Amino acid sequence: MTDEIHASGANQAEQHERLRRILLPVAVLVLGVVLWDLVVRINAIPPFVLPGPGLVFGTLIADWGILWASLLVTLETTVAGFLLAVAGGIGLAVLFNQSRALEHALYPYAVILQVTPVVAIAPLLLIYLPQQAAVLACAWIVAFFPVLANTTLGLNSVDHNLVALFELYGAKRRQVLWYLKLPAALPQILGGLRIAGGLSLIGAVVAEIAAGSAGAGSGLAYRIAESGYRLNIPRMFAALILLSVAGIIIYFALALMSHLMLRHWHESAVRREV
Amino acid sequence: MTATFAGTPLVIIHSVGKTFANGVVALDNLDLDVREGEFLSLLGPSGCGKSTALRIIAGLSEPTAGRVEWRAGAGARRQIGFVFQEPTLMPWATVSDNVRLPLKLRGESGADSAPRVQEALDRVGLAAFAGAYPRELSGGMKMRVSIARALVTQPTLLLMDEPFAALDEITRFRLNDDLLALWRALGKTIVFVTHSVFESVFLSSRIVVMTRRPGRVFTELAVDAPHLRDARFRTSAEYAALCRMASEALAGAMGDA
Repeated sequence: MTDEIHASGANQAEQHERLRRILLPVAVLVLGVVLWDLVVRINAIPPFVLPGPGLVFGTLIADWGILWASLLVTLETTVAGFLLAVAGGIGLAVLFNQSRALEHALYPYAVILQVTPVVAIAPLLLIYLPQQAAVLACAWIVAFFPVLANTTLGLNSVDHNLVALFELYGAKRRQVLWYLKLPAALPQILGGLRIAGGLSLIGAVVAEIAAGSAGAGSGLAYRIAESGYRLNIPRMFAALILLSVAGIIIYFALALMSHLMLRHWHESAVRREV
Repeated sequence: MTATFAGTPLVIIHSVGKTFANGVVALDNLDLDVREGEFLSLLGPSGCGKSTALRIIAGLSEPTAGRVEWRAGAGARRQIGFVFQEPTLMPWATVSDNVRLPLKLRGESGADSAPRVQEALDRVGLAAFAGAYPRELSGGMKMRVSIARALVTQPTLLLMDEPFAALDEITRFRLNDDLLALWRALGKTIVFVTHSVFESVFLSSRIVVMTRRPGRVFTELAVDAPHLRDARFRTSAEYAALCRMASEALAGAMGDA
């Protein structure tokens, strides 16, 4: 029925709109790269101060072997930290939801963990934990809180009448959790995951840099630090670009997952008819 | 004005009182029988505790004084359907999954409950929308889903808390007609909370008028009108007379408070 209302003209306008949303940022990127190139060329800036885009791209290809291996190490930490944060954040939020006492006892410490800068915690963790575990712990610490906070909010904002309805039909605690609270909290949980994805990458990078300065590590952040010491600025840029691309992919993958899971019912994922 | 009814009491409310934690006395000494097969409206100004009374009958709220008694036999498997002011649907579930919820909570499998879900949807005329999500439906259709969900357990008592208050008049009239048809077809006992004199007269076999704060029974009216109530009844002199009677009773209840 709605298909008929959407005449081909409206469809075309929609396609234009979509095209523009892709073309505009790409145009900005191209413009930026050209500007960067011009600045480097006109001022004849040496590569160890600011390499041009061509050189950075060349380095990315020439050093691909090293960079790719390092990227995999960092991504492994990121994904593991993210998954642990999701499990821990959702799990703890559910526990808090079932027991007020537990929430009151532990929530302040979750907040403290969140507000203490991870850069400050990383060196300590590196003393007490094996390096890989310390890096993972950092990724976990920064990604964990948004999942916990968002899930807690979601579980607590269930429609009171629906709670009454479940009670009326004699629902057990387990049923209220699975059939009501978790589905109701899904939009907030997915919002938490989107934040956590990017943060776990940041946590992994911060810890790797801290570990790198302690003399070990092979992740992408370590490559950046190492290249910095060696004044290999083009490789620094190449590694940085890889990190950004990884972050962007993580964000879009989670956004896509969120959209697919919510598209039938949640306002955030449903197109507004105008 | 007191009515006598043949139906035996299904639920008896004995001098029930409800005082909230903040000190508000919602109900005080409420005595009320709900009789088998009747369409009983609780009519009163907002804040007269009629919704509270309904929640106490449903067991969603505990009285602070008095007690609620179910007729022997009915008490063992007291089946209640409840329709809230809002449709109160799960937005993430399809229409048929929403209707199936009470059966699912009892542990029935999807295959077992499918025919009853289908039947309930047929009853409210929404069979074609079984796979739709609530956000795709209009306000009236959502309310129909809510009614189907309340009917799916085949309850003996259907409790409705101002279910049509938020709907436009055209939709409300249609749902009133359909609800009456359902009541006649299924022979359920219905307790219907409303603040609309016209709605209560159109629907009910008996109207209980309540006073405001604390909520108490002010008076009750039997609605001795033809069993077949339709659009013509809505414009009849008989209906107008009954509405005037109910309005006067309501005015009395409010003046008394």
